[in-house]
Amino acid sequence: MNMQSKKPITAAEQLLVDSFVHNLGNLPGDGAVLTIRDSYIEDIKQRGLPTRRVEAWHYTDLRNLLKTVPSIGKSADIEPAERLIAGANVISVVDGHAANIAATGGVTATAYREDLSDGSAAARMALRNSDDLVGRINGAFVTDGVKLQVEDDLVLDNPLEIQVLHGGGQAHTRFPVTIGKGVKGLFVERHISCCEEDALVSSITDLDVGDGADIVWVINQEQGLSDTHLGQINIKLGADAKLLLFVANAGGKLVRQEIHIVASGEGSELTLRGVNLLGGESHTDVTMTLEHIVPNCVSGQIFRNVVLDRAKGVFQGQIKVAQIAQKTDAKMACNTLLLSDFCDFSAKPELEIFADDVQCGHGATVTDIDKNQLFYLKARGIGEKRARSLLVKAFIVEVVEELDNEVLIEALEKQFETWLNNHG
Amino acid sequence: MLEIRNLHARIAEDGTEIIRGLNLTVKNGEVAAIMGPNGSGKSTLSYILTGRSDYEVTEGDILYDGQSILGMDTAERAAAGLFLAFQYPVEIPGVATMQFLKVAMNEQRKARGEDELTTPDFIRRVKAAAANLQIDMAMLKRPLNVGFSGGEKKRAEILQMSLLEPKLCVLDETDSGLDIDALKIVADGVNALRSPDRSFIVITHYQRLLEYIVPDSVHVLYKGQVIKSGDRQLALELESDGYANVIKDAA
Repeated sequence: MNMQSKKPITAAEQLLVDSFVHNLGNLPGDGAVLTIRDSYIEDIKQRGLPTRRVEAWHYTDLRNLLKTVPSIGKSADIEPAERLIAGANVISVVDGHAANIAATGGVTATAYREDLSDGSAAARMALRNSDDLVGRINGAFVTDGVKLQVEDDLVLDNPLEIQVLHGGGQAHTRFPVTIGKGVKGLFVERHISCCEEDALVSSITDLDVGDGADIVWVINQEQGLSDTHLGQINIKLGADAKLLLFVANAGGKLVRQEIHIVASGEGSELTLRGVNLLGGESHTDVTMTLEHIVPNCVSGQIFRNVVLDRAKGVFQGQIKVAQIAQKTDAKMACNTLLLSDFCDFSAKPELEIFADDVQCGHGATVTDIDKNQLFYLKARGIGEKRARSLLVKAFIVEVVEELDNEVLIEALEKQFETWLNNHG
Repeated sequence: MLEIRNLHARIAEDGTEIIRGLNLTVKNGEVAAIMGPNGSGKSTLSYILTGRSDYEVTEGDILYDGQSILGMDTAERAAAGLFLAFQYPVEIPGVATMQFLKVAMNEQRKARGEDELTTPDFIRRVKAAAANLQIDMAMLKRPLNVGFSGGEKKRAEILQMSLLEPKLCVLDETDSGLDIDALKIVADGVNALRSPDRSFIVITHYQRLLEYIVPDSVHVLYKGQVIKSGDRQLALELESDGYANVIKDAA
């Protein structure tokens, strides 16, 4: 018999188990929910955190990377952050608890802890698969979040900004969002650190985009330099729905951002754009899966990564096209600027196509700043430092400008510029 | 204005010597044409003048207004008034042409200790210069050189030249890729900038450009040296007889 010896439990794994035991009394949930929580912690105890041997975590060996886990602190007194976009309606969650969920016309917002308490969240807590560590940690520890329902045909005049704030310690939240048919609007999901204390954050968004809706969803991860951020968004796209998803990572020490999309209605159109700014000794992993399971859908993805210092970056992108999904048009590109000799980036694009009448493509590039472009700018009297920063900004701006919303573009460009200046 | 003394230079990467004892003097207000067969070092000379780090000067000196510029980097030389109109202007996606012009003009002004331009003043200057070169303002909203036709690229180079007001302009095969109408527009743009205290080095393969930009002197570059200098007549002789005789005489 071939017995695999069990690995010894790591400090971080033990801390996860301990913080679960210590906080069990504070975790909302009926019997079913609590049973699920228990089983997820038991999984972590038995299987440990994923290592490079687990394909989905090959480039992010969490067992080695996650060194410690902060304790679940008391809720700090945190003010909402300044709006990214002036005039936006703000919903906020602080330290894992819904703080301000004042809804606006046509949008219903309720605290997710209600779903946990009455057990209706149980089905939602199911793991994506056996390697779904983000789902496991979030499921075990989730305390609250906001459930949003946007009624059919609503046109949002003002953007809706969801601020997920924390003041160190642990925060685990979930956001089930149902976008009704024909809805138009801009939604911004921000993950913000309000202090310098270490944090472990997990957050899952379930975004169900109704038929014919046309929305922009921005995920802006602005965590602190010592934070661990485990993010996941699970998207279902209805028929003829249009989604522009923009994902920005400009923070965190250890980041895993998962994006899982199912194009489940015919004629849907997905535009995914990402900007990852990686500096210091951080490790950032963006893992994307996209499933085309019906015919006639279009999807296009472009990720731009800027990597500095000793940072490490990972992009895993998988597109699956089912046999029935004829006339799919799917493109994926991952472009990386490596700006130091000590940083590194791994890109793993995958296509799995079972239909025979589709257009699918992927490309990954990793480069330094273009020497000819740099020389051209210098030959016009622009000094080395300014010229390099212009070119780095240009590399990002190209994808930001596709957002087609002046205020949002300006806000993001300003944020990225500040980041680049601080890391220059 | 410019004095190149016994210049030797090589490619930094593999040490291949390209410029081998080049001497050239360009006076204030002079338009000097440099001609020569392929591989004679014409474009290399333009890169060395602008301080491109792919090339190393191993011997000799380049004096600009009496001062050696070998210790200056590319941007410093540009701020000091040296301008290279590229044979192949570089496309830079993500940088709008207007934004680039403004940064370039202001960086040069800052380097010279001058105040930055106000936005209205900047716009006024660009509009005036663009009109002279028949450049549509819409083109300047596009990313720098991206999707520009050959003619648009060269006109954009001359636009930059007229806005940056350099003292020494090096035109590297500005005629390549231009049809006759575009050539006239570009040449008119250059001629409008001729002045007693601005000099030009016009690098070209063909006499044709020199019919529009009439040079004061013509120099033949061969194997990294100036092997013959003369007036405009020399260019006409080269056009009819080729380089063989000049090369034979020099040997």
